[in-house]
Amino acid sequence: MAPIIFYFFAVIALSSAVLVISCRNPVHSVLALIATFFSVAGLFVLLGAEFLAMLMMIVYVGAVAVLFLFVVMMLDIDFVELRVGFSRYLPAGIIFGAVLVFELGIMLGDWTFSDSFARNMTSPIPTDVTNTIALSKVIYTKYIYLFQLAGLILFVAMIGAIVLTFRPNSNVKRQNVVEQMQRDGASSVKVVDIKPGQGL
Amino acid sequence: MHFFDSQLGIFLWILGQCLIVTIGVLISLAFLMYADRKVWAAVQMRRGPNVVGAFGLLQSFADFLKYIVKEIIVPAGANKFVFFLAPLISFVLALVAWVAIPFDEGWVISNLNVGILYIFAISSLEVYGVIMGGWASNSKYPFLGCLRSAAQMISYEVSIGLIIIGVLISTGSLNLTSIVMAQSGNYGILSWYWLPHFPMVILFFISALAETNRPPFDLPEAEAELVAGYQVEYSSTPFLLFMIGELMAVVLMCALITILFFGGWLSPIPGVGDGILWMILKMLVFFFLFALVKAVVPRFRYDQLMRIGWKVFLPMSLGWVVIVAAFAQMGVPGYARWIVGG
Repeated sequence: MAPIIFYFFAVIALSSAVLVISCRNPVHSVLALIATFFSVAGLFVLLGAEFLAMLMMIVYVGAVAVLFLFVVMMLDIDFVELRVGFSRYLPAGIIFGAVLVFELGIMLGDWTFSDSFARNMTSPIPTDVTNTIALSKVIYTKYIYLFQLAGLILFVAMIGAIVLTFRPNSNVKRQNVVEQMQRDGASSVKVVDIKPGQGL
Repeated sequence: MHFFDSQLGIFLWILGQCLIVTIGVLISLAFLMYADRKVWAAVQMRRGPNVVGAFGLLQSFADFLKYIVKEIIVPAGANKFVFFLAPLISFVLALVAWVAIPFDEGWVISNLNVGILYIFAISSLEVYGVIMGGWASNSKYPFLGCLRSAAQMISYEVSIGLIIIGVLISTGSLNLTSIVMAQSGNYGILSWYWLPHFPMVILFFISALAETNRPPFDLPEAEAELVAGYQVEYSSTPFLLFMIGELMAVVLMCALITILFFGGWLSPIPGVGDGILWMILKMLVFFFLFALVKAVVPRFRYDQLMRIGWKVFLPMSLGWVVIVAAFAQMGVPGYARWIVGG
């Protein structure tokens, strides 16, 4: 049963990954990207890493891809203009792609699995505790500094994004909520008795 | 029972369980929809649906038939594939979340170790139905509606996640059954998590209202400003799927509040037996509250909604996580119940 499920998710992951770069419509590309994330999460479940799979769903599918979709939907893209430079960039693209494939070939051609490979792959997964508890026992003890460092890097990135996009503008009318709450009829409405024919 | 040990037997057994839960949820949904309208009507001193069947009980089924037989209209220039995918996504996601919900001890289709994360992941995916529906309609009203709705759902997910973390710290497990069993004690209703986590219960309820786009946070459907939000262009069955998906998300939130804070199927009175009836009763009470809020509270302004979400709920729930962690570490009674941890 497991191989069938593996191939099911793997085929979906790969084919939607191809769709990401081949779709004409960028929104379809992002949707294909989401399908890729989703099937990779399925593969994680198959590996017994259910915690990682759920985090994949929450972080990548539920948050990151939503932001991608937001940005891409708002873009005003002219598809004809997008394809104008295609033939001009094609040689350069082919050269870069060839170099990458060549490098991959060199690396994989010489690749041998060490004897302890299979053991290293499976030994960190204990059978007596659940995946989540096993992960937390490592992250919060052995790798606590690395874990904190990762959080710090994200924090710096967040501050950087805010600093880059923040434009101080003195013309913005700020709303004072306390002030708004304290308004009542007596302070905001003036009743004037206007005599006929005279006006204010 | 020999047949149910074979591969096919297990498959059929799980399929049957899924079918039972699906049918149960869908049928109860029809009556919950009716109850929602009845409560709304009662608050406004109207009679509500009262024509189809006795007391109008079959109103939802009549509506269902009407939705089905109407013509499906696809707007010109709409992205057809995404247009029909969106309601399906929102319907299917609302349905699959029930896989992990335990109704009684052992009465759950899949007793996931990461059950609460699964529910959270599914509810964070529900935003896709909204975004895709609004975008694919190729019209500015649904598009504006979907953007507002998506921003709102993402904002309140943050505070919901942090509130859940508080409960998880107390339980020491991500399993929904463990969360309920951690709340069992000698004092019945007083042993449940609503007491130690009291302020968060209210925050969770309000966040659940916003997360499911219910009034007073139904900005996506603010009729006066946006016609009807992301679903303007939908008609017939696709619209029905959206509607069912939304209401199912509401019922799911009722189940989640019950499990996280009100002891799931545990009996509130010590000595009285636990059972699925308590679970359903508690869910009904919270659905009644959802329906009541809809009728009683006026709609929020959009900037107020965002301000509450980011500037009030987020700091409060984040602070509460720190407080709960400290209490649990110090061993304050009621906060650290790790005995059940799986």
